[in-house]
Amino acid sequence: MEKVEVAETVHYPKKSPNKFLQFLKQCGKQHALLVMTIPFLIWLFIFKYLPIWGWTIAFQNYRPSKSFAEQEWVGFQHFAFLFEDERFLRVLRNTLAMSGINLVLGFVTAIALALLLNEVRVVVFKRVVQTISYLPHFISWVVAAGIVQQTLSPDGIINELLLRFGLIKEDILFLGIGEYFWGIFGAAHVWKDVGWNTIVYLAAMTMIDPAQYEAAEIDGAGRIQRMWHITLPGIKSVIVVLLIMNIGYLLESGFEPQYLLGNGMNVDYSENIDIFVLKYGIAQGNFSLSIAAGMFKTVVSFILLFAANNIAKRLGEARLY
Amino acid sequence: MMRTNFSTSDKIFDYVNYALLTLLMIVTLYPFLNTLAISFNDAKDSIRGGIYLWPREWSLDNYRYVLSEKSIYNATVISILRTVIGTVVTVFCSAMVAYAISRQDFVLRKFVTVAFILTMYINGGLIPNFLLIRDLNLLDSFWVYILPGIIGVFNLIIIRSFIDGLPESILESARIDGAGDYRTFFSIVLPLCVPVLATVALFSGVFQWNSWFDVFLYNSSTIELSTLQYELQKILQNSNASMTQKTAGDAFAGAMQNQGQVTPTAVRATMTIVASVPIIMVYPFLQKYFVKGMMVGGVKG
Repeated sequence: MEKVEVAETVHYPKKSPNKFLQFLKQCGKQHALLVMTIPFLIWLFIFKYLPIWGWTIAFQNYRPSKSFAEQEWVGFQHFAFLFEDERFLRVLRNTLAMSGINLVLGFVTAIALALLLNEVRVVVFKRVVQTISYLPHFISWVVAAGIVQQTLSPDGIINELLLRFGLIKEDILFLGIGEYFWGIFGAAHVWKDVGWNTIVYLAAMTMIDPAQYEAAEIDGAGRIQRMWHITLPGIKSVIVVLLIMNIGYLLESGFEPQYLLGNGMNVDYSENIDIFVLKYGIAQGNFSLSIAAGMFKTVVSFILLFAANNIAKRLGEARLY
Repeated sequence: MMRTNFSTSDKIFDYVNYALLTLLMIVTLYPFLNTLAISFNDAKDSIRGGIYLWPREWSLDNYRYVLSEKSIYNATVISILRTVIGTVVTVFCSAMVAYAISRQDFVLRKFVTVAFILTMYINGGLIPNFLLIRDLNLLDSFWVYILPGIIGVFNLIIIRSFIDGLPESILESARIDGAGDYRTFFSIVLPLCVPVLATVALFSGVFQWNSWFDVFLYNSSTIELSTLQYELQKILQNSNASMTQKTAGDAFAGAMQNQGQVTPTAVRATMTIVASVPIIMVYPFLQKYFVKGMMVGGVKG
C-alpha cells in the first residue's frame, strides 16, 4: 500500500520524478509532523553528531589558538603513545577490572535476590522489601558516595563491627588503601542497584507456568530444588540476553563512583578511562591525547554493543536498545 | 494454589529466607538512618563516635548552619528550577517527536528513528562535548542544564511504544472528524499518554535533581548556578582531601568552626540529607511508575 512506497521514496527520492513529486506532496500534507520533528533533528545534529567532528583533534597536535586548516596532523601518534603509556595501561586495567567485577557481582546478587523474593509468600513483606531495596537506585551517586564515606570512616559502622568482633586491632582507613578500592566499588554498586536489577528477573518469573511447580511438588521436589530446576531455567533466556548486552558495556565502568570515592591514595586502582580523559583534557588541556583515549573507548564500545545486539537478536530475544 | 501443609524443611527455608531479606533491608536502610541521626546530633558530640540510629544530643544547629548559607539557599533554587524546567521541556518535546515517529505514514519516520537510535551507540565523548558547549557560548549559563537534554532517546522509545499500544480506532475517528496533526497530538494523544508521560517525567526529574557533573564541568566558576548536588560534591571532595592531606582538612575544619559549632562530618551528613530528602519523600508514592517505565523500556525495547 501507500506505506511501502513512502518508505522507498525516503531513501531514493531521485530515482523517479514521479515518486519524488509524491514525496513532496506527502511532505505538504504532513507539514505539521515536519514542524514537530525538524527542529529536533537540527538539535540532534548540533548536540549529538557535531561533537563527533571533534575526533579529528585526536589526529592533530591540537593548538586551540590555531584554525582547523593550520593544525599539525600527526596520524595515529597519540594512539600509539597511549598504548605505551604506563598510566593509560593501568587505567585500562582498572576499567576492565571494575566493569568485570560489576558484571559478575551485579548478576549474581540480583538473580539471587530475585530468587529469594520470588519465594516470599507474604505479599506485604515482599512489597516492603522491594520498596526499600529499590530506594538507593534513585539516590544520586554524590549522596551515595557521602554515605559510603561515612560508613567506611574510622568512626563508621564497618570499623566498629570489625573492632567489636576482634577481627582488626585498629581502625582501617578503607578508602586510603588502593587494593581495597575495587571491592568497595563493587559493594557500593550492589548496595545501590541490587534491588532495582531484580525487576527484570521478577517479571520473567511471573511468566513461568505455575503447573510446572505443582508437578514438581507432586514429584517431591523441595523449595530449593524447585528454585534450581524450574525458576532458574525459566529466566535463563533473560539472563543470557542481559549478560550479552552487558558485555557490550565492558569499557563503560561508570564515572561517578570512581571519581567521587577516588583520592590520591587509591588513584592507582580507582582511575578509569573516563577519569583519565577528564584529567588530561580538562585539567591539563591536552585535548588531543584525551580525545584519542575517549575515542578509543567509544569505538570499542560501539563494536562490542553492535556485536552484542546482533548476537542477542540471533538468539531470538527482544533487542535492548 | 495455597499449600495446606508445610514440611519442616519448607519452614526452615522460609525462616532463612525472611532472615536474609530482613538483613538486606537493614543493610540498605542503616546508612541512611545513621546519616540522619548524625545530622540531628550535636556536631561536637558526634566526634566521640557511637551514634547509630538515634541522635544522642539532639540539635538543629547543623541544619541551621547549612540552611543559613547563602550558597546553599541559592543552590536549592537552581536545583528546583532545573528539575522543573528540564522535566517539562523534555517530556513535551519527547512526546512530540514520539508522536511523529509513531505515525506509520510519516515520510521521515525511518530517518528520524534511526538518527535518534544511533546516538545511543555513538557519541563524541567528554571533551568534544565540552568544546561544543564552549563554542555555543553556553559555558556559565543556566541553559546548559536544559538544552543538551531536550530529548532523551530512552524517553522517546517508551513514549512511542505506549502510543503504538493505543487503540487505532481513536486516532482514526479523530482523523475522520477532520482533526489535523496538531489537534490530534494536543487534544487526543497527549491526554491519553498521561501515564507514560508521568513515568518519563519522574525519570527525568530524578535525573535533573541528581546531576552534578554538568555543573562541575560547565559552570564551576559561576557560584550562582551551582546546585545542591554539586555543593555536596564539593564537601565530599574536601573530606576526601582532608584524608589525604591532613593540613587541607584542618584548614577546612578550622574555617567551619569559626562559623559555629559544626564539623565537616556533621555538615556532610546534613547536606546528604538535604540533597536526598525530596527524592526519598516522593519515591514511595511514585515507585510503581518507575517500575512500569523500567518494564516498558527494558522488555519491549
